[in-house]
Amino acid sequence: MDLGTIIWNTVALFLTLCIFSFLYKDNPFYKFAEHLVVGVSAGYFAIILYFNGFLPKVWEPVTQRGEWWYLLPTILGMMTWARFSKKWSWISRFAIAFYMGIAVGVAIPLEMQQRVIKQLHATMLPVHFTNIQGVWNLLIMLGVLCGLIYFFFSMGHKGVVGGAARLGIWILMIGFGAGFGLTVMGRISLLADRITEIHNWYLMVTKALWGF
Amino acid sequence: MRRQLPIIIVFVSGAFMAIQYFIPHDAGVFFYEYGLDWIIVIGIFAMLLGIWSLFKVQLDKVVKRSPGWGYSVVALGGLFFMLIGGPLWGIEEGTPFMKVFWYIYTPIQATMFSLLAFYIASAAYRAFRARTVLATILLLTAMVIMLRLIPLGPISGPNQKLATWILMVPSMAANRAILIGIGLGIVATCLKIILGIERAYMGRD
Amino acid sequence: MNFYERLMNLDRRWVYLVVGIAVIIPVLNPFRVPVYVTQEVKAIYDCVESLEPGDILFLAIDYDPQAMAEVHPMAKAIMRQCFAKDVKLIISALSQNGPGMAEQLISELSKEFGKKSGIDYCYLGYKPYFSIVILGMGQNFRIPFPTDYYGVPLDSLPMMRGVQNYDDVKVVIDISSGNITDYWIIYGNGRYNVKLAVGVTGVMTANYYPYLASGQIFGLMGGLKGASEYEVLSKQGDRAIKMMSIQTTAHIVIILFIVAGNIGYFMSRKKKIK
Repeated sequence: MDLGTIIWNTVALFLTLCIFSFLYKDNPFYKFAEHLVVGVSAGYFAIILYFNGFLPKVWEPVTQRGEWWYLLPTILGMMTWARFSKKWSWISRFAIAFYMGIAVGVAIPLEMQQRVIKQLHATMLPVHFTNIQGVWNLLIMLGVLCGLIYFFFSMGHKGVVGGAARLGIWILMIGFGAGFGLTVMGRISLLADRITEIHNWYLMVTKALWGF
Repeated sequence: MRRQLPIIIVFVSGAFMAIQYFIPHDAGVFFYEYGLDWIIVIGIFAMLLGIWSLFKVQLDKVVKRSPGWGYSVVALGGLFFMLIGGPLWGIEEGTPFMKVFWYIYTPIQATMFSLLAFYIASAAYRAFRARTVLATILLLTAMVIMLRLIPLGPISGPNQKLATWILMVPSMAANRAILIGIGLGIVATCLKIILGIERAYMGRD
Repeated sequence: MNFYERLMNLDRRWVYLVVGIAVIIPVLNPFRVPVYVTQEVKAIYDCVESLEPGDILFLAIDYDPQAMAEVHPMAKAIMRQCFAKDVKLIISALSQNGPGMAEQLISELSKEFGKKSGIDYCYLGYKPYFSIVILGMGQNFRIPFPTDYYGVPLDSLPMMRGVQNYDDVKVVIDISSGNITDYWIIYGNGRYNVKLAVGVTGVMTANYYPYLASGQIFGLMGGLKGASEYEVLSKQGDRAIKMMSIQTTAHIVIILFIVAGNIGYFMSRKKKIK
């Protein structure tokens, strides 16, 4: 393990502890690390956009392959910068309109197909009582139907509709409970990873200093 | 014209893209591919808006010596180091640019989100009370899901099966209902945008 | 304040301390917990295992550093399994801070397995507007990515000759921490019938079971548990398996806190009623 790696890992450890210090209370170390990450992430993203975006999609096609038509979306893209000017911000609307039109146009048939129709199709399951799966299929159908009825506010939740909405909220609560349980696992794993990294730094430094 | 023309552009491009999905004619595919290509190029420049905005806000704080302006110097320092270091040293693994990404950006980001582990524990302790039937259902379901990670000896097998059943049947039904609702909402919003009813994206005059 | 009211109203910093200790103890005294493999993770492993040398797998690395703990082991295990089987990889990184994660992973594993860019794998990199990029790749990878991440034109890469779009790829696995997964399902699978499996963070896992049940995805890895299951199956790495012991102790502590809070609540309520 070379000295450079040890120094970089120590910097990473210091910044990790700066962030953990927020658990006690807000302090200058936390603010320093917070502002540093804001600047570094913005700079990182700008450079990735340059190397991965601008060079292969604009510069090389126009200058090396003579594909001058790429200047048209380039001009549209630059028009979005007018957003910052109160007087000229209307110029940015054309580029945004072009993007919005294409994005919503592709979304309509696919969202309908994938989120609605395919899901409804998958809900139409055979209901039978010859084995337990038929009972679960009935539960799934009722669960989806009652869950949708719960969110339907154009009709008062009274009588049969009220009963279905009640069943719906029970099913939704099971869903939220499952979501919470999984969220706890997710959050703990983030902490586990940082503690593991701190331990790894300790092992690295002790090995470098004492050979074990 | 400043408001009408963008609405016309949204309608024409949106309607074309929606119809093209159903009619895969060569001419349609040609414009579809170019449309996608152009959007990516527009996005490259549009994404810089956020970076410029950040730069302006932090610079204003430094120039006006607002409270905490020293931290803004740190933010600007990080920004300029990456903006200069990237082209200077390259962006491959092992360059100073990537070392800053790995040893400064990554640990800070990862640690910020790891704080959530403490907050979720504290929130679960304070808020998870079985006050009502619904709260009890939520609590018990969460417990079953959390218990599947704990070796419980002979109870582990049945608990795993119960957790799997919860995820594949009632939880799946609940999430599917939400998904269908989201899908309908998205389609409705997209239609409103294409038809010019929803114009928030244009901003104000 | 009586004992039960105090039990219900502990200072949050005590909670933080106990959770912190619960996480540190297994790190200092490691132990293994059994990992139960689920069908949805096994389906992904079986699919990758069934690929032949020379087949192409598309690995979409769409997560940021904040989710690295949960999903990085998944991506690593899949990549190692593919490299070990001489399966070729096309890799994209469509999240804003994903390119760095992918670059590090590729660099580390390509050195370990002696794999070469353009021959054994092709790293496409990042482009903005991931939904549009997913659609564009369905027509031709060269629409959003005329070059790879290193600036080499795709047409000059040996492994990309004759490879146009998703039709030339056996399977797509998306490892993600955000809503990019939704767009792989809706646009990738919806428009181009991509054979798709996903690996997501724990928070997102429950949201994707409807897609698994409907067949829009054939496999689902959820959070660190999913990653540990894949590591058990593929025997490629053990970082997630080791961290499951930390999950166990932390979960026990959180469950005990919830139980304590509820005991305090019910006993206090009982006393008030009396």
